[in-house]
Amino acid sequence: MSANPFSLWVYLSQQPLLWLTVTLLVYATADALSLATGRHPFANPVFHSMWIIAVFLLLTGTSYTTYFSGAQFVHFLLGPATVALAVPLYENRKVVAAAIVPMLAALVVGCATAIVSVVLLAKAFGLPNNVVLSLAPKSVTAGVAMGISESLGADASLTAVAVVLTGIMGAIIVTPMMNRMGITDYRARGFAVGLAPHGIGTARAFQVDAVAGVFAGIAMSLNALVTSLLVPLAVTLLVR
Amino acid sequence: MIASLSLILLCQLAGEIAVRAFAWPVPGPVLGMLLLLVLLLLRDRAVLFAQGPLQGGGVENAARGLLAHLSLMFIPAGVGVVQKLDLLAEHGTAIVGVLAISVVITLLVTVATFLVISRVMTRGRSAS
Repeated sequence: MSANPFSLWVYLSQQPLLWLTVTLLVYATADALSLATGRHPFANPVFHSMWIIAVFLLLTGTSYTTYFSGAQFVHFLLGPATVALAVPLYENRKVVAAAIVPMLAALVVGCATAIVSVVLLAKAFGLPNNVVLSLAPKSVTAGVAMGISESLGADASLTAVAVVLTGIMGAIIVTPMMNRMGITDYRARGFAVGLAPHGIGTARAFQVDAVAGVFAGIAMSLNALVTSLLVPLAVTLLVR
Repeated sequence: MIASLSLILLCQLAGEIAVRAFAWPVPGPVLGMLLLLVLLLLRDRAVLFAQGPLQGGGVENAARGLLAHLSLMFIPAGVGVVQKLDLLAEHGTAIVGVLAISVVITLLVTVATFLVISRVMTRGRSAS
C-alpha cells in the first residue's frame, strides 16, 4: 500500500484507464437517469456526462490531453460507427427508396440551410472569421466535421465543441417543438433530427420512435456526404 | 464478432486510403459506409460475397452494437469544451445563440421540405 494516497492519484491520473473508466461510468449513470425519467429531453445523457466530466477535470486540474489519452478509445469509435450506418440504410432500403424524392429534397435544402444559416448568423453576431469557419460544419457527426474543419484550416477542436452543442440543443428541442407543431410523420421528424443535430439527434430519435431512428440515421450519413461537399463551396462564397 | 468489426474497420481503412490517394473532398468513414452498403447489396446478388461476417447477420449485429451507443462517442469531443473556456468566455453567448437559432431553423426547414414534397408526390400519384 502506498504511504501517500496522493502519489496513487498522481499515478492513476496519468493513466488512460482512469479516464476511460470515468467516461463510461458517468455516461452509464447519465443514461440510467435518462431512462428513469422516461427519456425526458432535458435528461439528455450526452449533455449531463459532458458537464460532469468537464467540472471533474477542472476541479482536479487535469488537462484535456491527459483526459483524452483515455477517452480517445471511445472517440475513435465515431469512425466505425459512421461505417456501421450502412446497415440501417441497407435494412430499410425499401422504405428509403419509397421516400427517396422527399428525402433528397430535404437533404439538399436542409444541408444548405444548416451551413448558410450558421455562417450568416455567426457573421451577423460579429464572430471572428476563424470561429465562423469552425462553426460551418456543425451539423455533421464529430469525426467528419473535424475532418472538414481541418481541411479548411479552421480550429477542429472548436468544431467538435460546436458539433456537440448543436447536437445537444437540437436533441433537447426537437420533441417538444415537433409535438407542438402537430407533426406526426415520423419519417420527416427523424430525417430532420438526423440532419440538423446529427448523431446526438439520431440517438434521440431512436429513443422516441424506431422509424424516426432509421430516417435519422440515413439523414445523418447522407448529410455527412453532402456537407463535406457543400461546406468548402459555401465558405468560398460566403466567408472569403 | 471480431471478423465483423474487422470488416467495418477494413471498409473505413479502404475509405481513408481512397480519400487520401485521390484527394477527394469526402470523409474516409463516409466512403467506408458506401463501400459496406455496396458489399451488403452485392451479397444478395452473388454467393461469392456471402461469406464470413457478411452472412448470418454478423456485420449487422456488430453495427447495431456500435450504433446503440452512438451518444457515448460524442462525450470525449464534447468535454473538449474545457480547452475553449477563454474563447467561450469571450464569444460563448454568441456561439451558443448562433448554434441554437441555426439548429431550430434547420430542423424546421428540413421537416417542412420533407412534408411538402411527400404531400405533392402523393397528390400527384392519386390524381394520375
